[in-house]
Amino acid sequence: MKEFNLDQEEIRGLNQHLHDMPSTDPNGSVTVTNPAGKHALAVGIDTPAEVTIEGHVGYYCAGMNQQATVHINGNAGPGLAENMMSGKVIVSGNASQYCGATAHGGLLVIRGDASSRCGISMKGVDIVVGGNVGHMSAFMAQTGRLVVCGDAGAALGDSIYEARLYVRGSVANLGADCIEKEMGEEHLQEVTELLEAAGMTDCKASDFRRYGSARQLYHFNIDNAY
Amino acid sequence: MCGIVGLYTKNDRLRPELGTLLSSMLIQMSDRGPDSAGVALYRKPAAEGNGKVTVQSPDLDEESMQSLQQSLDAVFGSVSLTRRANHVVIEVPGNAMEAAHMIEETHTDLRVTSSGQVIEIFKEKGLPKDVVNQYRLDGVDGTHALGHTRMATESAVTTEHSHPFSTGLDLCLVHNGSLSNHNHLRRMLMSEGIRFQTDNDSEVAAGYLTWRLSQGDDLEDALNAALRDLDGFYTFAIGTKDGFAVLRDPIACKPAVLAETDDWVAMASEYRAIAQLPGAENARIWEPEPATIYTWGG
Repeated sequence: MKEFNLDQEEIRGLNQHLHDMPSTDPNGSVTVTNPAGKHALAVGIDTPAEVTIEGHVGYYCAGMNQQATVHINGNAGPGLAENMMSGKVIVSGNASQYCGATAHGGLLVIRGDASSRCGISMKGVDIVVGGNVGHMSAFMAQTGRLVVCGDAGAALGDSIYEARLYVRGSVANLGADCIEKEMGEEHLQEVTELLEAAGMTDCKASDFRRYGSARQLYHFNIDNAY
Repeated sequence: MCGIVGLYTKNDRLRPELGTLLSSMLIQMSDRGPDSAGVALYRKPAAEGNGKVTVQSPDLDEESMQSLQQSLDAVFGSVSLTRRANHVVIEVPGNAMEAAHMIEETHTDLRVTSSGQVIEIFKEKGLPKDVVNQYRLDGVDGTHALGHTRMATESAVTTEHSHPFSTGLDLCLVHNGSLSNHNHLRRMLMSEGIRFQTDNDSEVAAGYLTWRLSQGDDLEDALNAALRDLDGFYTFAIGTKDGFAVLRDPIACKPAVLAETDDWVAMASEYRAIAQLPGAENARIWEPEPATIYTWGG
């Protein structure tokens, strides 16, 4: 196991090591200490490595992740797991704004709260949040699933396409063209699987409500034009 | 983009280190604002019946300090001057705001940066680390402080456009964001008697709060009114004589982190500034909610 102490080592060295791992140590593990809110840690990994960051991270942690599992034992700044393609990113604390933005795949787990614009323009990622999500979450979300064990802030799912949203608590209000939908068997199954994958089995799928697109906004309709 | 930081001490323990801690927070925000930097320190109250006015002058030396002492003595009777690089803190008898206006009229080469009982503002163009070194903030004591690193978007990169802005006694504001209705508000505030030094949008926000406070609002009322009247993006950190406040606009896309321990409350654009503080790893850390007023002290 390789360890990087960011009090002494550069972020570039850490990321270069991670980028070299497909040929040097494809299934290896890396521990990062003293992140102290630094930016762009563990970005652009493309190997099934196990990365553990001990502490709070700044902007854009684990961006563009493929295959790797990145654990953050702390809070994450804005842009966590932006454009993730596959793999897992797990945060023990809270995540700041636009976590999982535009992410195509993989699983993003926030054990605490996620701030505003969680899952904005998500394109296939699964996001499970143990606490609340802020306003404008899943804005223009295209596909993928967002599971919120707490409450959702204002304008949830504004201008949503085909992502599926599940919220256990209250929703401050729904954004344009986002509506509540029935929970079918397949949805209960889906939520159960996602909660299991996220290790949040203290929540019951039957406590969740489902939200998605009314499909009125993304088909051209003259009444929607201003 | 800009970086803002604030540190409010809850007891005497950290007060001797206020300047040192604020400096290290500010330096962490260099990437967010390499154009200029500034600090507002709340410290060393003026003697009973006196006020403090901080002024900046591009070319201060021993000789000009002597002539400044003489000319200010001639205006005010007797003043005490404390020089910090190209700024001077002047302790004057009577009301600091009136004294500040008098200094502006009689000494057109000086630029007033703050006035009040406790506030001192130092600001300058350049990288944050150069600015804080220039003012030797290490070891400067105080109760609370604000800092700003600027990446200019709305107006020129000059010393006078640097933050923090103070438009009223002991009131100071630092801003990350941009206001879109500042010209309209500035005209309205000028007609209400608020004075501005620049065309900067953040100075208007400071002036707006000064105006509301002069109308009898407390800080919380003034910030509620600001939520209604200011249009644009903002995260503000605000200092008063004995208080500290944080406010984000309802969209809240400008970042902010708050942290609190038994000894201090800190606000910063990013956690890495807070990480410099003793006990940060065990602090309660959260992101301020949109359109929500947070205040301490005052």
